[in-house]
Amino acid sequence: MKQNVSALLVGVGGQGAILTAKVLVNGLVKAGYDVKMSEVHGMSQRGGSVSTQVHWGEKVNSPVIGPGAADIIVAFEKMEAVRYSNFLKPGGVAVINDYEIASSTVAAGLEQYPDGCLEAMQDHFTCHVLKAGEIARSLGNERCMNIVLFGSMVRALHMDDIDWETVVAETVPPKFRELNVAAFRAGYNAVGGQA
Amino acid sequence: MSKVLLSGNEAAARGAFEAGVRVCSAYPGTPSTEIFEELPKYRDALYCEWAPNEKVALEVAYGASIAGVRSLCAMKHVGLNVAADPLFTAAYNGVTGGFVIVTADDPSMHSSQNEQDNRHYARAARLPMIEPSDSQECLDFMKAAYELSERFDVPVLFRTTTRIAHSKSLVEEGERTEHAPIPYVRNGKKYIAAPANAMRNHPKLEKIMAEVQEYGNECPLNRLELKGRKIGVITASIAYQYAKDAFPADTSFLKLGLTYPLPMKLISEFAAKVEKLYVVEELDGFMEDQIKAAGIDCVGKELLGNIYELNPQLVRQRVFGEQAETVDVGVRAVSRPPALCPGCPHRGFFYTMAKHKDFVVAGDIGCYTLGGTPPLNALDSVVCMGAGFTVAMGMAKAFKQAGIEKKVFGVMGDSTFFHSGMTGAAEIIYNDGDVIPVVLDNSITGMTGHQDNPGSGFNLEGEIAEKLKIEDILTAYGYQKVIIVDPQDLAAMEQAVQDAIAFEGHAAIIVRRPCLLIKRIKHDIGKCAVDRSVCIGCKKCLSVGCPAIMIKDGRAEIDRAQCVGCTVCAQVCPMRAISREGGESK
Repeated sequence: MKQNVSALLVGVGGQGAILTAKVLVNGLVKAGYDVKMSEVHGMSQRGGSVSTQVHWGEKVNSPVIGPGAADIIVAFEKMEAVRYSNFLKPGGVAVINDYEIASSTVAAGLEQYPDGCLEAMQDHFTCHVLKAGEIARSLGNERCMNIVLFGSMVRALHMDDIDWETVVAETVPPKFRELNVAAFRAGYNAVGGQA
Repeated sequence: MSKVLLSGNEAAARGAFEAGVRVCSAYPGTPSTEIFEELPKYRDALYCEWAPNEKVALEVAYGASIAGVRSLCAMKHVGLNVAADPLFTAAYNGVTGGFVIVTADDPSMHSSQNEQDNRHYARAARLPMIEPSDSQECLDFMKAAYELSERFDVPVLFRTTTRIAHSKSLVEEGERTEHAPIPYVRNGKKYIAAPANAMRNHPKLEKIMAEVQEYGNECPLNRLELKGRKIGVITASIAYQYAKDAFPADTSFLKLGLTYPLPMKLISEFAAKVEKLYVVEELDGFMEDQIKAAGIDCVGKELLGNIYELNPQLVRQRVFGEQAETVDVGVRAVSRPPALCPGCPHRGFFYTMAKHKDFVVAGDIGCYTLGGTPPLNALDSVVCMGAGFTVAMGMAKAFKQAGIEKKVFGVMGDSTFFHSGMTGAAEIIYNDGDVIPVVLDNSITGMTGHQDNPGSGFNLEGEIAEKLKIEDILTAYGYQKVIIVDPQDLAAMEQAVQDAIAFEGHAAIIVRRPCLLIKRIKHDIGKCAVDRSVCIGCKKCLSVGCPAIMIKDGRAEIDRAQCVGCTVCAQVCPMRAISREGGESK
């Protein structure tokens, strides 16, 4: 039996991680996997660091994992990749958006945004780095950045047994259907498959 | 039948619907809120509402039970503190229609002021308690809770935690079973909680609980998973899922769903079958203490601890000493705390408070708790819902006793004012407090995700409702001066504060501007920009604590994606380097 897979989607409140997780779980449920996902609402959503966990396989028990147990991290912001890097298993995969959002403490000059986030991740994990913000903008709407990243995640995990374009189209609001399918394709093509 | 992916909250709402519930009342609170956001879907079959607070919600739902229908109320863990008074007496009196109280606890305080373990309420009030461990159980156990409540004539406590309420898992839905209202007959001996009746009702309750305990030994909510004889685990709620992942495959489990009263016979039989017994539970050793008190040897809290939530890796590490292998990438992420949104109306008020370092500001629970974070740092205390006015009152009285001259403000939002702030507003008048109460009226219950309240003009079902006016209430209480001010106009905001201080009698301030995230209102959205040739890089604009402003290459810069054009930063800029595009500045 194939092992269960644990994914962490991390970013900054408002970046669309929850919608991305919804696309992911819709596809997984359709494909017949047992799926559990966990998200946190409330205060942490106000511009803070956010994480959504998705776990799938034949039978999933816990909807949350601790450090050292994630197979893949999809980071919507590069410092958030570093923040949650201890959740990745050694040898895990990271899909990282080369995109920087200053935290309020950085903006206020109280702390310094760290240098070398991408390099530090690349030194330790199999990383797929892309400029999802630029790709999304070239498609006409920066807000589809999350689905660009999702396309890369699908490629990185070799999840080709599921018709993701249909799942994306069914999950997003109708008027953003074409945009998001294009975003998915662009993200998928932006990274190479896992070595 | 195909399965759907539901959160615990969605599934609990579905379970209540399927159980034939007719009357539902709640006050929003993370992580319980979405139960009631689901219910309007079933409005053809039931009545649901947002109550002004949890005590009201529990009483309304209990009244419906007395009148003969199945009823539901829900709240976050600290909400049950507010509703504890009717809870204890409802236990004595019992029910007519099935009555379920949901308490959603928040281990690790994802969005709460404490992580109290509400299982103790079941023991303290003598209530059967049911704890689901995934969404399917949220649905199934909710239905079982109503059966239990009616069978044993007792309210049932239904306890979830954040990871139950906000996790999604697959659920098979069923059909609704209607329960005809039980014909109403006045029954004073049962429902009038006067001493003579309470004297009878207490021993009756103890007898009921002894029967429920007996029932627990055969109740299908308590499940044996017998495998090896070496290790046995007694567990419940989300801890069951963690333990399933953390313990070896041949571990035997006693998985409890009815967790109070504990099925002691079942537990001692299980204990006798295994060589080593563990009790795996989050927060307090609620089950472990009772199991040990029954003379059964077990291990739990000495390894697992009673602080913060658990996860499978943590359980494995603490029980077996097996630490998951992690990688240190060598770079540290800096903190990313939540902040008031760009354009948040609370910003202008807290900026004004922050300017006066000598002011004392007692705060409250809501988005505006963030007024206490850097760089605003404009709060002295936050205790609980409604404490803004009353803690301010106590501080003002203390300063007076100590002969200290201080301007004291009590601050809370509109929803909190209706929740439990009104009594504090009365206290200030009645006992002549030297306090200026401030209501931050953004027309919505913000932090929990935009629920309506008595001041918003809409009800839970989205229909137009009577809109209670805060200024009329304060005036009726005896505030001779009620100042209403738009916080986005910093000069007016400052003037309002000075006018309130200068006023001889009792003055109150209503800081009024709707939350920008309210969808049904058309907001005046724009963009501000910095003229970099004028900006001197003094960083004064950073003092408003807006996530959209930052310093880049020594000059201020505004993130266009985040800015909504509120102009608060422009108003504090000494060089007038920031302006709203299109010239409008308010």
